[in-house]
Amino acid sequence: MAYLEIENVNVSYGDVQVVNDLSLTVNEGEVVSIIGGNGAGKTTLLKTISGLLTASSGTIKFKGEEIQNRPPEVIVERGLVHVPEGRRLFSLMTVADNLDIGAYNTRAYGQRNHTILGVYDLFPRLAERREQLAMTLSGGEQQMVAIGRGMMALPGLLMLDEPSLGLAPILVLSIFETLRKIADMGTTVLLVEQDVNHSLRLSDRGYVLEHGRVALEGPAKELMDNPHIKEAYLGM
Amino acid sequence: MSALYQSLVNGTMMGAMYGLTALGLTLIFGVMKVVNFAHGSLLMVGMFAAYWLLKITGMHPFLALLIVPPLLFVFGYYLQDLVIKPVFKSERGVREPLTVIIVTTGVWYVLDNLALMLFGAEYRTVRTAISGTSFSMGEVIVSWPKFAGFVVSMLTAVGLWLFMLKTRTGKALRATSMDREAANLMGIDQYKIYNVAFGLGTAIAGVAGCVIIPFYYVYPSVGVVFDIRAFIIVVLGGLGSIPGAILGGVVIGIIESTFAQFMTSTWTEAIIYGIFLLILFFKPSGFFGNKQDW
Repeated sequence: MAYLEIENVNVSYGDVQVVNDLSLTVNEGEVVSIIGGNGAGKTTLLKTISGLLTASSGTIKFKGEEIQNRPPEVIVERGLVHVPEGRRLFSLMTVADNLDIGAYNTRAYGQRNHTILGVYDLFPRLAERREQLAMTLSGGEQQMVAIGRGMMALPGLLMLDEPSLGLAPILVLSIFETLRKIADMGTTVLLVEQDVNHSLRLSDRGYVLEHGRVALEGPAKELMDNPHIKEAYLGM
Repeated sequence: MSALYQSLVNGTMMGAMYGLTALGLTLIFGVMKVVNFAHGSLLMVGMFAAYWLLKITGMHPFLALLIVPPLLFVFGYYLQDLVIKPVFKSERGVREPLTVIIVTTGVWYVLDNLALMLFGAEYRTVRTAISGTSFSMGEVIVSWPKFAGFVVSMLTAVGLWLFMLKTRTGKALRATSMDREAANLMGIDQYKIYNVAFGLGTAIAGVAGCVIIPFYYVYPSVGVVFDIRAFIIVVLGGLGSIPGAILGGVVIGIIESTFAQFMTSTWTEAIIYGIFLLILFFKPSGFFGNKQDW
């Protein structure tokens, strides 16, 4: 049984349909990438999975239970955690408080003082900056807080929306290395990225979204060799 | 000189209580981004609650502080949950929900007129254990009820500040005030947090009611007197700022009491509004307002 199973989901903003009859699955322990250009519906899909948006039809099952159109606080409680695009930190709160609030759900709250040590292990920089306001951090550090905040919720499945957005190439590399570590520790990862090269290298499988539909899917290695992907996304 | 000291002391004490009336307003605005026009009415409810409690039981007004604020918390919590939330939900995704403001205006009218229906328009006062008593500090005579009000206001502000900084719910309130969608993704039920914010703001109005009633009178539209002040204080101190509310309150209180030594009180009102306009022109974010917060 798939860990996350999306079947025939449709999502619209008013009259504009953004996600079209989309199906995808993520198995436990996998790293799965969703790639596609701007406006392909990637962010909309993640927001629908995490409950910020409602699907007009279709089902989303997480660990076998239907979660479509449940509010985000219920979905987080079950271990499906969404690290949003653009980091969205609580800018006037300290790094430590940002991480603390990441463990707000009742499942993670009791263990937060233990979890935070693991996050500081993953990002030693954040331990140094724990008393600094989030707004005073650099872009790379802010992304570390965003990912660390997601880890604080003790995710079974971590969904990340463009974690490499706006970062210098060297930081992009270190973010992907961290994601590798997170996956190796046993967290299932669903990654939305425009950096197709890095994300497919990290992933077991990938989906290519175009106009809100799955245009291609398959093992990451096969996708990287696919002529269409080479031309359209890898610029080769 | 002693007249000046006297008015400074009086102004500071009164000002801290003005700050207290503004605290709930600034909290609700900070979290919900809703200007709560019913805030003065909630203060009126707090004052009437304290009035009837003290009138009927004759208890010490400090004791009322243990009873009225929790009652008002429940009142505010369910007022938001049952009356305001449905409108709020229909405006989901709007940063500063406008129709909610109109709903709070409706709540103001309903509460004031309900009080008028139940209690009549007369001005009521209640004699408490501390009413009319005072002590002297050098040349300055300090009224006990106002001094108590000052201390309680400060303690309430510090308590609220610590609550926001240290507790799980406090952090959730701050997170929601900064980014409600991101807070939602952390597992924070934003509508429940709004209930809590509204409940706390109302409870603080209850605290204010308890400290004001020993030296002031209550009537159904008494909220308006404090409400307009509270709005000015909140803008002066910075929308959403706790220390800003108290400092803004003290500034207004001191202006009011010292200028009243030299001119008629109608002029002090004009000066207060003048300063209000200057702040809006030159530092619209107020003393402690943070642009990042917007």
